[in-house]
Amino acid sequence: MYAALWRVLPGPWWVRTLILLVAAAAIVYALFFYVFPVVAVWITPEEVTVQ
Amino acid sequence: MDVQASGGHPGDADAARPNGGDAPGTTAPRPPHKTSIVGVLGEILLTAGVVVGLFIAWQYGIGDQIAAAQNRADAQALAEQWQDSPPAPRPSPSETPEPDAPAEPVITPQPADGEVFGIMYVPRFGPDYAVRMGGGVSRERTLDTIGIGHYPGTQMPGEVGNFAVAAHRTGFGGAPFYSIDELRVGDPVIVETADGWYTYIFRTLEYVRPTAVDVLDPVPQATPTGIGGRYLTMTSCSPRHTIAERIIAYALFDSFRPRADGPPAGVPGSTVTASSAPESAES
Repeated sequence: MYAALWRVLPGPWWVRTLILLVAAAAIVYALFFYVFPVVAVWITPEEVTVQ
Repeated sequence: MDVQASGGHPGDADAARPNGGDAPGTTAPRPPHKTSIVGVLGEILLTAGVVVGLFIAWQYGIGDQIAAAQNRADAQALAEQWQDSPPAPRPSPSETPEPDAPAEPVITPQPADGEVFGIMYVPRFGPDYAVRMGGGVSRERTLDTIGIGHYPGTQMPGEVGNFAVAAHRTGFGGAPFYSIDELRVGDPVIVETADGWYTYIFRTLEYVRPTAVDVLDPVPQATPTGIGGRYLTMTSCSPRHTIAERIIAYALFDSFRPRADGPPAGVPGSTVTASSAPESAES
């Protein structure tokens, strides 16, 4: 999977590394700001009110 | 270190090879890349492990910091908006205001569900701590999205009775009450609304069952209702990350400053010295 990804990327090795680093950063950003806040509601139920 | 093993000297490597598979000057066709199912599965599992690790890091700290920074920015923007274009002052309830008497608190109307009506400042939680407050205590509309929620039907800041609020201690909305157990007697808890600043003084903590709704009574846990003081009740979960119990913090109303007088001590940007605010009481 990752080997195939490495092969389809263009350019010399440092360009490919740069592309992968940018992509990884974008994925982590999306997880932190969009995915985790949504899924956390189901994963860790937290109740702070008395009722 | 393993330069030789990785073929760092091609000439030597070629000479050493008996069958001379890679003749110099010719490029042998690379073997076709085989994608094994097990290999792909392994990579997927490794990736999933990294994502889970990231989630744990987010849940136990990074996410709180991101959301807390967002809370501060939102609260600051709201405070600036109120300061730049203050709403028409509501009439003070006192009929004959005396110049020297402390200002009688103006009562802000009950907010609608999910409506932002205030900002809370707690210097004990950090000098730049500021979290917006909204009506209602639903997770979707207030606690996860705004920060601190106001129990509908309980009183408003400065009102005789109980101004009761709830907020997360971990994970969501920046965990506004993360350090609620670190409050000390005498700590100011300041609520800002469009009308001004309401300063409460922290008095005591309590741990109760999740069903202890009498902490929301006009006089907390005094049923039938006694006569009254002006209370602030903050509820959150305890222990952190669980739903087992609730931690309750009580504070007593101390003073009100109309918007025209500027922020009191303890609010970022205040020009009032903190000397007038009571420090931690001697026990």
